[in-house]
Amino acid sequence: MESDIAANGAAQVVSESSVIVADSLDLTFQTNDGPVQALRDVNLTINRGDFVSFIGPSGCGKTTFLRVVAALEHPTGGTISVNGMSPDEARRARAYGYVFQAAGLYPWRTIAKNIKLPLEIMGYSKESQEEHVARVLKLVDLEGFGEKFPWQLSGGMQQRASIARALAFDADILLMDEPFGALDEIVRDHLNEQLLALWERTGKTIGFVTHSIPEAVYLSTRIVVMSPRPGRITDVIESTLPLERPLDIRDTPEFLAIAHRVREGLRAGHAYDD
Amino acid sequence: MTDATIAKPSGLGAGVRAVSDAVLPVVAVVAAIIGLWYLACIPMNIHTALTDAERAGAVVTPAGAAERRDMGGIGLALANTEIVPDVFSQERPRLPAPHQVGMELWKTTGEMVLTGRGFSKRSLLYHAWVTLSSTVLGFLIGTVAGVGLAIGIVHSRVMNMAVMPWAIASQTIPILAVAPMIIVVLNSVGVTGILPKALISAYLSFFPVAVGMVKGLRSPGAMQLDLLATYNASQAETFWKLRMPSSMPYFFTSMKIGMAAALVGAIVGEMPTGAVRGLGARLLAGSYYGQTVQIWSALFAAAILAAVLVGLIGLIQRAVLKKMGMAS
Repeated sequence: MESDIAANGAAQVVSESSVIVADSLDLTFQTNDGPVQALRDVNLTINRGDFVSFIGPSGCGKTTFLRVVAALEHPTGGTISVNGMSPDEARRARAYGYVFQAAGLYPWRTIAKNIKLPLEIMGYSKESQEEHVARVLKLVDLEGFGEKFPWQLSGGMQQRASIARALAFDADILLMDEPFGALDEIVRDHLNEQLLALWERTGKTIGFVTHSIPEAVYLSTRIVVMSPRPGRITDVIESTLPLERPLDIRDTPEFLAIAHRVREGLRAGHAYDD
Repeated sequence: MTDATIAKPSGLGAGVRAVSDAVLPVVAVVAAIIGLWYLACIPMNIHTALTDAERAGAVVTPAGAAERRDMGGIGLALANTEIVPDVFSQERPRLPAPHQVGMELWKTTGEMVLTGRGFSKRSLLYHAWVTLSSTVLGFLIGTVAGVGLAIGIVHSRVMNMAVMPWAIASQTIPILAVAPMIIVVLNSVGVTGILPKALISAYLSFFPVAVGMVKGLRSPGAMQLDLLATYNASQAETFWKLRMPSSMPYFFTSMKIGMAAALVGAIVGEMPTGAVRGLGARLLAGSYYGQTVQIWSALFAAAILAAVLVGLIGLIQRAVLKKMGMAS
């Protein structure tokens, strides 16, 4: 029923519709140690142009939720729709780009060729491939690095290249699973700033998994706080920060207040009990 | 992938140093081996050397071959130091000296080429060529079969469970027992010449290639496969764009093993063919007639052939991986 509404919404207008709608989503993994409930009763609506962060300790299901959206995992209960379709249909329609924790660039391909990978698979013409590559390289500030091999780039640049690869095929949704988790603080700050600028320019809908409270507060329009065993949503915080966010916004009382509420939410979920 | 690969020292000086760094240890080891080899010739050959010398009228202690038969070689050598040089120049020594093997190798290769008989039946080049041709043919068949099996095993659960145990079982059968049967059976159905030998080579070389390629084709991690799933890539696209390039380092490594195995297969395959052509035949003939120098030179020819073939794959490997940007 929920998905029907979303489908109608997607068909009607492009501006203000729900992009991802999860309704009492359940996911239980069958493991050798018995069933593990990774997600329980997750209800969430993500609107077009939202920047939604998922935060919580390990095992809270934030990555699992993102993987369900990407149809890399399949829920055992409830419904979820992506662009008004089932996640599998959305995957086949190439509705989203996915950025993993590691850049995962092919070492045998140059940066430009790595970015072409999805374009080749999706059957873009040669000229249009070049065009897209040039555009996204500019978007992630890697102009002139197209002919380099991944090992010639720093970790931060590699991760930017992997973001470019996810952006290359014009999907409206960008799913990012701790993309900056393996990078140091300074590089991470820089990339966060760039990511915000990129989001503003492209108007994509972004789902962003992170461990870091400042990162979540700095980037998001909404912060979804999750807690483990079973993975569930404990709080959804609408950010009151302006869309224009210089890095030093992190020292404002408003920022600290939101960060405090996130921390409270994590604590309420007994996240740090054991 | 590391920073260390970026700042590789280059230039002529570094190149020369790298070469001398590589050459010196090799020369030292080879010199040590040759030295040990010469030393080993003394106790091995002293008995026959003393017998020959006694026959020629020299005085040896103790006199009489029967007397000396059960005595240790080292003791005999110490008691007859003036005869010791003879152990390096016997016609049919138990252990030929390195220079004897080297001379024989030259006599049956370079010298014959110089006199225009490079491809006569007495030339090692001729025999090496016979072995080489069936080695390479068998290696190609084995590599194609191994890669084909690996692709099947990686993509099909049924093949994974059905084929792998048989592939492993096939390698537990002693090839020496199977080789004559293959030759005889194929001969009886009219398949003769190079193919039966090549099939023995293929039988030995498909296995390392199959095992290595299964590992190589499975080397992409879950993340890499997930990434392609998000692009909705087909199995064929996943194979050509991810699995195949990922497996290249494994491919070349297993081909090197496969090539060495193919050479062994070809030599074994030459032994039951009536011993006329090939390095295997040369080995067998040498042992029939007690021509130890001939055996050893054939052995060395086989070793050199193996080194050249494996080295050739190594060169291709370096070129390909460099072209792929994966050389390290």
